[in-house]
Amino acid sequence: MEDWRKGQEIVVMEGRIKVPYRWAAGEVGTRYLQALRDERKFLGTRCPGCGIVYHPPRRHCPDCGRECAEWVELGDRGTLVSYTVVHRHHPQLSPLPLPFGYGIVKLEGADTGFLHLLYEFGEGELEAGLPVEAVFAEEREGSVLDVRYFRPLREVG
Amino acid sequence: MEPVAVVGVGMTAMRRERREDGYADLVYEAVRLALEDAGMTIDQVDNVVTVSNDFFDGRTISSMAVQDACGSYDKNVSTVEGDGTFGAFYGLMRILSGSFGTTLVCAHHKGSESVMPLITNAMFEPVYERFLGAEAVTSSALQARAYMDKFGVTEEECALVSVKNHGNAFRNPLAQLPLELTVEEVMSSPYVAEPLKVLDCCPISDGASAVILASAEVAEKITSKPVWVKGVAHCCDAYHLGDRDLSDARALRDAARRAYSMAGISDPRREIDLVELYDAFSYMELMWLEGLGFCGPGEGGKLTASGATAPEGEIPVNPSGGCLSGHPVLVAGLNRIIECVLQISGEAGERQVDGVRTAVAHGINGPCGQSHCVWVLGGEK
Ligand SMILES: [Zn+2]
Repeated sequence: MEDWRKGQEIVVMEGRIKVPYRWAAGEVGTRYLQALRDERKFLGTRCPGCGIVYHPPRRHCPDCGRECAEWVELGDRGTLVSYTVVHRHHPQLSPLPLPFGYGIVKLEGADTGFLHLLYEFGEGELEAGLPVEAVFAEEREGSVLDVRYFRPLREVG
Repeated sequence: MEPVAVVGVGMTAMRRERREDGYADLVYEAVRLALEDAGMTIDQVDNVVTVSNDFFDGRTISSMAVQDACGSYDKNVSTVEGDGTFGAFYGLMRILSGSFGTTLVCAHHKGSESVMPLITNAMFEPVYERFLGAEAVTSSALQARAYMDKFGVTEEECALVSVKNHGNAFRNPLAQLPLELTVEEVMSSPYVAEPLKVLDCCPISDGASAVILASAEVAEKITSKPVWVKGVAHCCDAYHLGDRDLSDARALRDAARRAYSMAGISDPRREIDLVELYDAFSYMELMWLEGLGFCGPGEGGKLTASGATAPEGEIPVNPSGGCLSGHPVLVAGLNRIIECVLQISGEAGERQVDGVRTAVAHGINGPCGQSHCVWVLGGEK
């Protein structure tokens, strides 16, 4: 009975668990993505209770549960709250070539941070509090990747 | 809380790839070991809680595929999709409901079968975040950076955790990655996502674990050495990373405060003898030590550098080798509970720490420790 293992690798069945899926962005997400696509603008929503401006926008405040019906136009610049420079490119995940990074960016006018890509930065240039600006794609289709990435703020004023 | 005890624990070896064993084989092994440890037969198990994740298992309703191996026929079964500490919490509540005298909690994971970054990327919100490609390592790197910037914690201090925990794994035959390391070796390992280097990150692992919980009435009949649940709590923080102060583990502080209060602990550093916490990345051990109240904010690095968290130190942390030395996801939190139980029972073999009466086990769920579960376990009812 032991002999069967001789020269026999354990069989491994190759496959994929990829199945099509559709995520509805909802009214709030759709309005947000529409403004990115058509006007290159970031929108947030303000909680009438806490006054917190959420970006990305939320229909209901996660802190107090009130409806955040007021839309607020935010700047396309902000500051880095945290950042990482990525050293491993994953062909199925990484939208940019190395060296790129991820950052949590607090846009002008927003109270919460926003996860996005960082690019066009020099070695050692990234630091907390660094002013950054959004770089929009020329061809925009209504997705968070209509913003290609954020980069250190180039022009002042 | 009515007293509930852990009466049996079982754990497979954690390995990079256990190709010889399917999920059910791993679960069967863990369940058999837990039953043997408890001196029980499967007939004495009243209900079963499995812990699994469909994406990781590559099949939907993944919990049902391991019920045979759990001996679940004719039993009430339920499932937690999250870390094992949360699964055990649910198992505990089922006993507290009064409906069951015993619960078998079992978790399994085969990291070898999937592509880890693709699975952990899929935990992010699909409209605003997922297509940016962030996953467990890159998001944790953002947390590490925020934490280190806020308190001036250095990469060298984080590296000390890796050196200690991989070293501890030499005394744990079930650990996957015992390594003799220096801080310099950790520091010179390549970056995955700054400030995290290869040797700051947990490995990918296969493994399964099981624990059996019992009401006091049953526990005292079954075993002469039950380990009692003295206090337990879990707390959650915001889902979106940008909504949180990533440098502040407030959900852990809240969970620890509630668990300690239930256990009657006012000074954790003095009253707790050992800690097993969820060190998926080296910086996490420092942050979680602070959140668990063993030192002040930002002082985890100094506490580690002082040697206090070494096996022979004042408050040994992860004497098992921690998640850095073996990280079957979901199983990992159960493994923290199991190590505490073994240490309290005096059954931790070569790595036994002297005089462990009260120990804390900790697990996390969600990106960057979105939620935390804290268990205080003790030898006395
Ligand atoms: Zn509010």
